[in-house]
Amino acid sequence: MMTVMRGIVHKYKRANIDTDVIIPGPYLKIHDHKELAKHAMEGLDPQFPFKVAQGDFLVTGSNFGCGSSREHAPIALSHAGIKAILSPSFARIFYRNAVDGGYLLPIEVEEATVDKISDKDEVEIDIKQNKINNLTRNESYTMKPFPELIAKIVEAGGLMNYKV
Amino acid sequence: MTITEKILARASYKPKVVPGDVVFTRIDKVMMHDVSGPGVIKVFNEWEKKGKRFERIWDPDRVWVTEDHFVPAADIVSSQNIIALSNWTKRYGIKRHYKYGLGQYGICHTLSHEEALVLPGEVYVGGDSHTNTTGALGAFSAGLGHTDIAYVLMNGKIWFKVPETMMFNLMGTKPDYIMAKDIILKIIGDVGTDGANYKTMQFSGETIKQLGMDERLTLTNMTTEAGAKNGIIEPDIITDAYLRKRTNTPYFPVIGDPDARFSEVYTYEIDKLEPTVAKPFSPGNVSAVRELQGTEIDKAYIGSCTGAKLQDLRLAAKLLKGKKVKIRTEVLPAAQSIYIEAIREGIVNTFLDAGAVVGPPTCGACCGAHMGVLGKSEICVSTTNRNFPGRMGHVESQTYLASPIVVAASALTGKITDPRDLVN
Repeated sequence: MMTVMRGIVHKYKRANIDTDVIIPGPYLKIHDHKELAKHAMEGLDPQFPFKVAQGDFLVTGSNFGCGSSREHAPIALSHAGIKAILSPSFARIFYRNAVDGGYLLPIEVEEATVDKISDKDEVEIDIKQNKINNLTRNESYTMKPFPELIAKIVEAGGLMNYKV
Repeated sequence: MTITEKILARASYKPKVVPGDVVFTRIDKVMMHDVSGPGVIKVFNEWEKKGKRFERIWDPDRVWVTEDHFVPAADIVSSQNIIALSNWTKRYGIKRHYKYGLGQYGICHTLSHEEALVLPGEVYVGGDSHTNTTGALGAFSAGLGHTDIAYVLMNGKIWFKVPETMMFNLMGTKPDYIMAKDIILKIIGDVGTDGANYKTMQFSGETIKQLGMDERLTLTNMTTEAGAKNGIIEPDIITDAYLRKRTNTPYFPVIGDPDARFSEVYTYEIDKLEPTVAKPFSPGNVSAVRELQGTEIDKAYIGSCTGAKLQDLRLAAKLLKGKKVKIRTEVLPAAQSIYIEAIREGIVNTFLDAGAVVGPPTCGACCGAHMGVLGKSEICVSTTNRNFPGRMGHVESQTYLASPIVVAASALTGKITDPRDLVN
């Protein structure tokens, strides 16, 4: 896992973006990750997979990923290109799926930080320094540090690679 | 310690845990289905491609597998998934694979209690968010994704952050025409869909002592919709009677200490509760049925792990008996055993005579997968647990979540209906 990542922000301000919106139920029978990526965020913005490039970020309202345990949700987002999500809070299963599967980083930030970042801003995330640099606006924000175990799993690249 | 803390401490070989502790917990039981199962298999396959060989899994006797989301096979892809699942359970000697068309089968959470697959005091994880349901038996019961389930199948353990517990004291006698669904919708409306994030929701109080197991299961099932890690009810005489009808396996129940600490304590006077619904598009968007009286609907659905247990079907049928439904009404019992018992008790005939369609157990309609998908602008009143945009079909369809009695009453009028207005 790279400790400094740079990418373009895609912002969806809404809180409670749920897994049915991130990847609708009919696609749950699909297990091809590239195919799932074509339907990422289909319930909210069908154009999403065309807007995102590899290494981009999502900035969003609180309780992101609430609802089902479908790992299809972080898989679809990750394979569409999203490598980190900045949100005031995450639903628990989405959070652990994202980390344990090694798909993308769920990063907790303050509400005010979400407000300050705009769609299409270029942002640098430094997880060693717990800092987010907004290169477009020349601003810096803090991120909530990962808890100890989460930091280790992130470093290992997922739970499967993590040695207890 | 609370019941949840005590179960997690015991399973982590620690004398004590406190909320916030991160523990690797021994797992007693694990479940996967036809959606999470193929994901698990993919994780195993990818490791085998890298040269790792899995001759066996951790403990095939602690694993059970269900076919529930896309069954009876909805299309060719679903069928291939189920074949792959069957091959995999055969390869690893998993005996408890509940296959449709081969005796008992049904929704994973329903089988967990119908078949007494999980016992009080155990740590149970399942590859489905509504795994919380089974906490009504007094077990720690939490949903995980398929990577975590694969990890459990390889190692027999998984990490958890010990949750804080929110205590819900339910006081008073439940009035007629009020069900556990009304109680939990009211609670979710109050705490919000992220109000219990990462926490335990525990239910206690005199109302609980009067609630049968099917009703208790509705409460814990929907703790998922408040974001809870688990829902739990301390095992009692009702739990024991329920389990003794289903298994002879001894178990070691756990209850909380008298000085257990709760992060929040809520008290609800259930005797004052009104029939309640959650409006589109959130389980937390709650309103009294009376306030929505007259809202026109297109379809009534009685199904899912939340709302198609035997007691749910019994109470819905009681209201429908001798009457005709006014809108499209669909009933899918949650498991084969429930379907059989519903036929034996005459419940299925009541539904059929009322004009409803009764079909095989499946999650299909609840998650918009198949077997009753909603079209654009269609409005459904449903006994299920979730009503996000597109949950039951088209992204512009709408779902009102309600108890089986409210759904039955609404089926008779074609409008959101307070059941008390029909009988008085």
